[in-house]
Amino acid sequence: MSSCDSTATYSAKDFKSEVKPVWCPGCGDYAVLSSITKAFADLGLKPHETSVVSGIGCSSRIPAYTNTYGIHSIHGRALAVGQGLKLARPDLTVLVAGGDGDGFSIGGNHFLHACRRNVDLTYIVMDNRVYGMTKGQPSPTTESDWDASAMAPPGGTGMTPFHPLAIALAAGANFIARGFSGDPNGTAQIIAEAIRHPGFSFVAIMSPCITFREEQREWKNTMRSVNIEPTTDPAQAARRLMTDDGFNCGVLYRGNRSSYGKEKKASHAVADLDREFTL
Amino acid sequence: MCGSGGAGVMTAANMFLDAAAEAGYYALFGRSSGPQIRGGEAAALVRLGVDPITSVDDTFDIMLAIDWQGVQRFAAELPLSKNSLVICDPSAGDVPEVYVKTGAKIVHLHMKDLAKEIPGGRPNMIALGAIAELIGIPVGPLTEVLGKSLKKKRADAYEASVAGVKAGAAAAATLTGSKRLAPAKAKDAKRWTVTGNYGAGLGAIRGGVRFCAAYPITPATEVLEYLSSALPKVGGVFVQAEDELASINMCLGASYGGEASITATAGPGLSLMTEGLGLAVASETPVVVVDVQRVGPSTGIATKCEQSDLNIAVYGLHGDAPHVVVAPNSVGDCIFTTQWGVYLAESLQTACLVMSDQALGQSRAIIDAPADVAFVGKRLQAEAPAEGEVFKRYANTASGISPMPVPGQDGCQYTSDGLEHTETGTPSSQSSDHTLQLDKRQRKLTGFDYGNHWATIEGEGDIAVITWGSCTGAAREAVERARADGVNAKLISLRLISPIRPQHMADALKGVKKILVVEQSHLGQFTRYLRGEYDLPAKPEALSRPGPLPMRPGEIHARLLSMGK
Repeated sequence: MSSCDSTATYSAKDFKSEVKPVWCPGCGDYAVLSSITKAFADLGLKPHETSVVSGIGCSSRIPAYTNTYGIHSIHGRALAVGQGLKLARPDLTVLVAGGDGDGFSIGGNHFLHACRRNVDLTYIVMDNRVYGMTKGQPSPTTESDWDASAMAPPGGTGMTPFHPLAIALAAGANFIARGFSGDPNGTAQIIAEAIRHPGFSFVAIMSPCITFREEQREWKNTMRSVNIEPTTDPAQAARRLMTDDGFNCGVLYRGNRSSYGKEKKASHAVADLDREFTL
Repeated sequence: MCGSGGAGVMTAANMFLDAAAEAGYYALFGRSSGPQIRGGEAAALVRLGVDPITSVDDTFDIMLAIDWQGVQRFAAELPLSKNSLVICDPSAGDVPEVYVKTGAKIVHLHMKDLAKEIPGGRPNMIALGAIAELIGIPVGPLTEVLGKSLKKKRADAYEASVAGVKAGAAAAATLTGSKRLAPAKAKDAKRWTVTGNYGAGLGAIRGGVRFCAAYPITPATEVLEYLSSALPKVGGVFVQAEDELASINMCLGASYGGEASITATAGPGLSLMTEGLGLAVASETPVVVVDVQRVGPSTGIATKCEQSDLNIAVYGLHGDAPHVVVAPNSVGDCIFTTQWGVYLAESLQTACLVMSDQALGQSRAIIDAPADVAFVGKRLQAEAPAEGEVFKRYANTASGISPMPVPGQDGCQYTSDGLEHTETGTPSSQSSDHTLQLDKRQRKLTGFDYGNHWATIEGEGDIAVITWGSCTGAAREAVERARADGVNAKLISLRLISPIRPQHMADALKGVKKILVVEQSHLGQFTRYLRGEYDLPAKPEALSRPGPLPMRPGEIHARLLSMGK
């Protein structure tokens, strides 16, 4: 365990725990875990002043694999838990992480309102376009014609895939980026930038599930880093997001809204509250 | 006092209550309204007395109708007798048959006409003056109250209101047939005016709550209204969440961060929160939920009272999930019980449900100033382990309570988890870990010292009346009346619903031969709960019926007399 030395610096390894992940061999989430811990170390954060919060799903197992404070909560509610923590403890660095089903299906409403509310935290979604933990059902980001699943109807769901980045922009997220697990260093840089940026930062990380989506092995050939200047103009960002092919990685939008929440400051003693009720 | 929306019934009734308090009386003021958002008929139900009041009476002495619009819908909630006095305005039309047939004396007061004679005059102020005059509250306290609420803001409205009150009092001087209040006793202590919902908010802050995330819902919204303005004053945070799923989970996040947290809701919201409550239990994260019960199931009757959320409160979580359920048993007790609930949640690191109800939450009472009790939530703090040792968040301690760190504390990092886990918090699917943690989470609740607060116990007798929540006031009054008739009964109002207190209950029931359970539930949830969980000395009789009509002392009294034969 670390000492109480406030000047101590921590390496990425210091942010990892001894717990062995439940993930399959070849899962993209191993690399995302490394990118997160690298970003923490690069930012000079301390494990005990950092918190990783998640819901339920393969990628949501991530808090236990870090050596920070963490909450592995319930399915879909990671953002609610994370926002509560950050609002109560603005001094902590809060990173919320999870998968596409957790974040966009059962947790979809919280995603919209977290973007609107703009609490100063970073939300990472490891998107593999499938429910892995329950063995391969289509998720909100699954292609409409994907039917290689016992639960998907022949010909696919026919439902339009959820567009997380465009929806985040429309709902008011203050920082929008896409990363790829196959580029851990680039992704670490994006995560670090997301944490530094005030307000709600959303990072979608394409993280293949080769167990149920074998074809996602191809992502290493299709994902590309884009060295474009992030825009602060939502209209330009919208055009950028709606015209790209889903393979562009980098920071795509950087807004300038101020974060939610006022400074906590007591102006009254608790006993002063009695006055309102006293005759 | 009743009338259509906009008639100013609630305004007049609130002023009436203030004036009565000023004159030294105690009071209980409940409200009945339809589902309309604004407008629609409304009734202010007020009982005054020289001693503290915790119950409605069997009938009303006076009914003052500013008009009759929609008022017959309240007939069942406005019981009158032949001794009652109905004051109405002839210009509002005939008295509805349902009130005529009670045999009550009907007198006329030309509220509308009298109001017209005063520039800016309103019938509700005429009504206010008339009622005060009839029962013997002097004009002095009334004008004082008007001054406090109107003088600074609107001088013209103040003048018109004073004139209206005086005109009403003068007109009422010619009316007869009303009971007059006994002179108020001298005030020996400070008095408060509070609603159960505001009281719950205050109790929460007194208990140490500094975070609330909540979603509006009738009849709990006033808890949130209070907290949204009071929390920032004491350095706390209030967030309006997008739904109840977010409310409870935001509270869990904040609580993990070290802040005592609360949310308030009603039945539909509580249903949505049950998964989060399970996480609180499994991850041992303190959280308090105030459930201001209303008529269910589903949307039910949102504005009215019922005690039918007991089952979901006690048994609603999946898995074996022991937690704390407490219930206030008077308007004033909402302050104490919520504060105590926070203390219990924080001490025991679990979820605590505070089961208020609409009749407590939305009623306003004049009470003796409540004591500022010492229950402030305090968690068992963790210390960093020695070099080379691993911190055990869920350490298997003798009490079952494990030290809980606050994020920021170096060396105590852990993952709070709804997955079953080992003592360190690492997920585990082994039966030994599951059994150990189940035992620990149970033990900390059953072994805790809840003191004497588990129940309010009054009187002695071989009949016990066991009740809870807002039925307590009526049961208390019934027990007092029965005693006057020579039937001795003991009142036991449970404040700690769960976990059970078998030994305390056995002691309280020593010598008791018959039991009457009083509750407001069609299924008899409380009766079933008592029979299922407690070893009672006799099979209880149940006086249980659904809302929205309040339990009245008379019906309990009658049952006690027949049991005492």
